[in-house]
Amino acid sequence: MEKAIKRYFPIFVIPTFAAFIIGFVAPFIMGLWLSFCEFTTVTDAKFVGISNYIKAFADAMFRHAFVYTSLFTIVSLVIVNVIAFAIALALTQKLKGTNIFRTVFFMPNLIGGIVLGYIWQLIFSAILSKYNMALALNEWLGFAGLVILVAWQQIGYMMIIYIAGLQAIPMDVIEAAQIDGANAWQRLFSVTIPMMMPSITICTFLSLTGNFKLFDQNLALTKGEPSHLSEMLALNIYDTFYGRTGWEGVGQAKAVVFFAIVVAIGLLQLRITRSREVQQ
Amino acid sequence: MDNVKKINTDSNNRAVKTSGNTKKKVLGIIGTVFFTIVSLFYIAPIVVVFVNSFKKKAFINLDIFSFPDSKSFAGNANYIEAVNKYGFLKSVGWTVFITVCSVFVILLCTSMCAWFLMRVKNKVTKTIYFLCIFSMVVPFQMVMFTLALIADRMKLNTPWGLIIVYLGFGAGLAVFMFCGFVKSIPVEIEEAAMIDGCTPLQTFFLVVLPIMKPTYISVGILETMWIWNDFLLPYLVLDINKYRTVSIVVQYMKGSYGKVDMGAIMSALTMAVIPVIILYLACQKHIIKGVASGAVKG
Repeated sequence: MEKAIKRYFPIFVIPTFAAFIIGFVAPFIMGLWLSFCEFTTVTDAKFVGISNYIKAFADAMFRHAFVYTSLFTIVSLVIVNVIAFAIALALTQKLKGTNIFRTVFFMPNLIGGIVLGYIWQLIFSAILSKYNMALALNEWLGFAGLVILVAWQQIGYMMIIYIAGLQAIPMDVIEAAQIDGANAWQRLFSVTIPMMMPSITICTFLSLTGNFKLFDQNLALTKGEPSHLSEMLALNIYDTFYGRTGWEGVGQAKAVVFFAIVVAIGLLQLRITRSREVQQ
Repeated sequence: MDNVKKINTDSNNRAVKTSGNTKKKVLGIIGTVFFTIVSLFYIAPIVVVFVNSFKKKAFINLDIFSFPDSKSFAGNANYIEAVNKYGFLKSVGWTVFITVCSVFVILLCTSMCAWFLMRVKNKVTKTIYFLCIFSMVVPFQMVMFTLALIADRMKLNTPWGLIIVYLGFGAGLAVFMFCGFVKSIPVEIEEAAMIDGCTPLQTFFLVVLPIMKPTYISVGILETMWIWNDFLLPYLVLDINKYRTVSIVVQYMKGSYGKVDMGAIMSALTMAVIPVIILYLACQKHIIKGVASGAVKG
């Protein structure tokens, strides 16, 4: 059978693979190469070694963006996952109206980052202007705004994954713990949470990598105001590419560093939480 | 004596049980009330935008949280402006076109590719599979500059070209999810079909494709959500003097003009959000299921 299928390689694989080369493989390899070059268009690219990387690390705004992004990722990771887990626990207790609440909490997920960002920007500005403040004046106001926005958007998503995980826990395990005299807190921390580690792995992985790469919401909410201080890494890279002529190579070098960090975080995180999973 | 004791403990048990039940009931009511209030706060931002889209421009900045009265009510003036001045309906049309076509092409091509990759095992297919998984972790910023350049050179800066770009950049996740499902299909079914004289194409479309229907729905929903809401990729790839998506128009209204037209923005945001919510309410079961299964596999 394999032989018969094999002859159909052009029909089955070529369309996807060709597009994949145009849309991913070629840009990726070119991007790696260009991070070692100085250029404004690709035709005038000149090899300059690692000087782009040196410039990238010497850029104070890039380092600031890294700290800002890391802080944001950690804060939003904790807030989103704790609240989402708590809501999932509450909504699996046979409350009246559970389905409606689930529908409402999940809804912001389907709205695009740009649209979400502007909706919240309008609301934050209206509230802050009453106290003579503005999002664009203080980077930590922007930070808090971004955390609220992301929490509003992602809690519903994580909640769905946690609910699916909670419903998959066999009832007899929890009943056994109950008979053995474990109280509600003990059941939660010694039975439910260990059994939920696969879901927790997925959710923390999604929020870690997703929030580290956040772009649309950052652009729409603060656009880096005041003076690039509320800029996260993705927006900083974008600004380096398209906001400063002659800095395209540095932008690409920053992008490579960004890529390496994302991969490292992902691998590290998967390792840590996977090791805590229990066999069901 | 014994009997009396027994009856006593029985009634005691019952008393404990009923008090436990009322306690549970009260807790349940408190929970429902609490979540009702939270839900109202949850939809408040969207309601605020919706209400303000019917106010005259000057009144929006004055107080965003008040309902329009006879003085500030603007009727559909804001909507007309968003449609006429900023070409909002046209952008909705392009977004629908790009999303529908890209998702269709992605589903068809990547499912075929995934089936081939799982059924023919050699170095080439293994490399492609590995590359697909690798592409899922690469952030868009890594390839955005070069991708925009290549797309421009190859004249892919139209909505039709964008479909190819989406197929290429979105292939990783789709191929990975389809591969995960193909692994669980027993080969014997396909072998039986081939022995009965089906060509590989017939086997795929008549046997494999119907079995994979749930995966098509999950992948379709994930890709639709991504492409419909995507901003940066179309912004960089498309010739934005000619073609704009909804996200690009919203960004334009807010970002690039000197004086921001609040009325038009409120109506544009409303028009961007309402169709999505209606579609979501219509098929939320599929959407929630698709998202949950997609996340578990990812």
